[in-house]
Amino acid sequence: MAKLRQCAIYGKGGIGKSTTTQNLVAALAEAGKKVMIVGCDPKADSTRLILHSKAQTTVMHLAAEAGSVEDLELEDVLSVGFGGVKCVESGGPEPGVGCAGRGVITAINFLEEEGAYDDELDFVFYDVLGDVVCGGFAMPIRENKAQEIYIVCSGEMMAMYAANNIAKGIVKYANSGGVRLGGLICNSRNTDREDELIEALAKAMGTQMIHFVPRDNAVQHAEIRRMTVIEYDPTHKQADQYRQLAQKVLNNTMLVIPTPIEMEQLEDLLMEFGIMEAEDESIVGKTAADLAA
Amino acid sequence: MSTMTREETEALIAEVLEVYPDKAKKDRTKHLAANDVSVEQSKKCITSNRKSLPGVMTIRGCAYAGSKGVVWGPIKDMIHISHGPVGCGQYSRAGRRNYYVGTTGVDTFGTMNFTSDFQEKDIVFGGDKKLAKLIEEIEQLFPLHKGISVQSECPIGLIGDDIESVSKKASAAIEKPVIPVRCEGFRGVSQSLGHHIANDAIRDWVLDKRDGVTADSTPYDVAIIGDYNIGGDAWATRILLEEMGLRVVAQWSGDGTIAEMMNTPKVKLNLLHCYRSMNYISRHMEEKYGIPYLEYNFFGPTKIIESCRKIAAFFDDTVKEKTEAMIAHYQPMMDAIVAKYKPRLQGKKVMLYVGGLRPRHVIGAYEDLGMEVIGTGYEFAHNDDYDRTIKEMGDATLLYDDVTGFELEEFVKRLKPDMVGSGIKEKYIFQKMGIPLRQMHSWDYSGPYHGYDGFAIFARDMDIALSNPTFKNLVPPWKKVEAEDVKKAA
Repeated sequence: MAKLRQCAIYGKGGIGKSTTTQNLVAALAEAGKKVMIVGCDPKADSTRLILHSKAQTTVMHLAAEAGSVEDLELEDVLSVGFGGVKCVESGGPEPGVGCAGRGVITAINFLEEEGAYDDELDFVFYDVLGDVVCGGFAMPIRENKAQEIYIVCSGEMMAMYAANNIAKGIVKYANSGGVRLGGLICNSRNTDREDELIEALAKAMGTQMIHFVPRDNAVQHAEIRRMTVIEYDPTHKQADQYRQLAQKVLNNTMLVIPTPIEMEQLEDLLMEFGIMEAEDESIVGKTAADLAA
Repeated sequence: MSTMTREETEALIAEVLEVYPDKAKKDRTKHLAANDVSVEQSKKCITSNRKSLPGVMTIRGCAYAGSKGVVWGPIKDMIHISHGPVGCGQYSRAGRRNYYVGTTGVDTFGTMNFTSDFQEKDIVFGGDKKLAKLIEEIEQLFPLHKGISVQSECPIGLIGDDIESVSKKASAAIEKPVIPVRCEGFRGVSQSLGHHIANDAIRDWVLDKRDGVTADSTPYDVAIIGDYNIGGDAWATRILLEEMGLRVVAQWSGDGTIAEMMNTPKVKLNLLHCYRSMNYISRHMEEKYGIPYLEYNFFGPTKIIESCRKIAAFFDDTVKEKTEAMIAHYQPMMDAIVAKYKPRLQGKKVMLYVGGLRPRHVIGAYEDLGMEVIGTGYEFAHNDDYDRTIKEMGDATLLYDDVTGFELEEFVKRLKPDMVGSGIKEKYIFQKMGIPLRQMHSWDYSGPYHGYDGFAIFARDMDIALSNPTFKNLVPPWKKVEAEDVKKAA
């Protein structure tokens, strides 16, 4: 069998990481691959479309109930959903208390120790919360974990800022471990010339736009039913988009250490595509009274 | 007085630092000095209260040690929760010899360890609920406790637990003070910040609780501040103050209670022994309540007499008369002690390395015995401590701040003192080098050393250490034989 590939999905909050990941995973499963999803977000919404559930019971919640993580067995935390996809949620505290990052570290260590990454698996996908805010959320890209990273973004300014920042985090771990950037997945928001813009950003960062996922209501229709498009309407053209993405990921050989760009470069790019106006340096720091004078 | 000239001391410092890389040498040079009695401000000659460098084997503690271990821990009728994983509380449990009177586990809790024993899940989900539950259980199991303090260990600050709100709620529920203390160990450069944080917590959560409540008071009310009753020190102090006609209404915090603390704003004078750990609250009481504070020193008869007269000067003639009578009463006892020990100890040289006040406060007691302190230094002092030290030490004597393991060993090798006064971490190193050592943190399981009673014990202990025949027998028998054979052959 082929070597297990571990991939982590990052991207700005709300960009559609979990939806994209689950549709991609469903397409891989459909193609006969054995896949596991590890949700690394206290919200625990990384596996709901695969499991048709509201939120999977998480490793950390079960550990808290049982006393400690050592009291858990692998089958307690692992659920199997559409296409034989194995699902785990690390879980964590409600907002504003405790340490979610530590939860991710604990859960991933537990999975490794319990042998969750068995020889049968072809892929593990880590679906990681928003930005890399602390060491805990960098856990999936440290040594011996994910080797490939995909960043979900769109043609909106803040999504691109976030993608560039995540690339900076990857560089740090790329130099100490083996982690590489596999590409940007553009989850379209229907902004102008979005595909060209993300292509340009990817090129500047030394990577590729691996796929452009067009916006389609079929995704929402499927989501309401807690399903992926692949499962809900396999004949829909959007399902084919995710299949294409899956094939590109399967055959991806362009794994690079990214070259994150400077703020000025990013702003130039945004201006070139008309997303940002040029700043008028002459008015910076001037009060209304100054300008009237 | 000192046998070394300024040039010799400075050369010694330079020589010892020679092995360091340039950067370390530059940093450490600032922390070492030849004493200059002519300067008023120590910052001209020594730097202190800075971060220790990695690799130097500092013996400093942390903010938690300063708050829980030093300031709060001795308050006997409160329960001090070591909030976080088990180790911080368990491995410091009963580690300081602050004696107290009471029935442990019933109305006093000094030597017990209470901890929230954090597990992985408490880090991830936060420990607030566990803390609330713990307080509830304490109230059920130990109903005679008079209050609770929550001593934060590192993770509490890292995960941002809201111990203040838990404390407020719990305090309302059990109708006793519950005091959150943000003394996470990673804060500051040593235990010193922990003292400050602990003082601030007392100021904000304890001190004003009986403001406006009238208590019976006398014109002779005083509080002992900064005496942790190591081996009974505060008791030996209290006896003398009472004989002077004063009424000691509070002991901070050795053998102390939270009620005493709340009543302290009604005293006439605060008597401050350990300046380093409790100057903050003393200043606060001076500013807010107009209570002056007076630094005193109860080590050795010279300093005791000087201090008692200074204290008596604050009060009326009856106190002054009683003080003189007391001094006269104890003088023959002191003379007898000096007569007994001085001939044996005369001219012996001591090097000290201790914590907050003793590196300067015990100098007088050694001098009363005819001994000389030729080097001294603090673990966690600030420059106001060194300001006070300069006056006590001989000119050109050696001062060392946050000294490293290497430096202290080298200084001792070259200065060849007759004894070293330091802690358990130093004890066996120097004893194996053949130099007697007395622990000056714990009084080497002896004490008290404060007051007239304490001086008798201090003198005896120094004599025990210096006259110990062991140190004349450091060469093992088989080596002795070798040595004799060599002699014969020659």
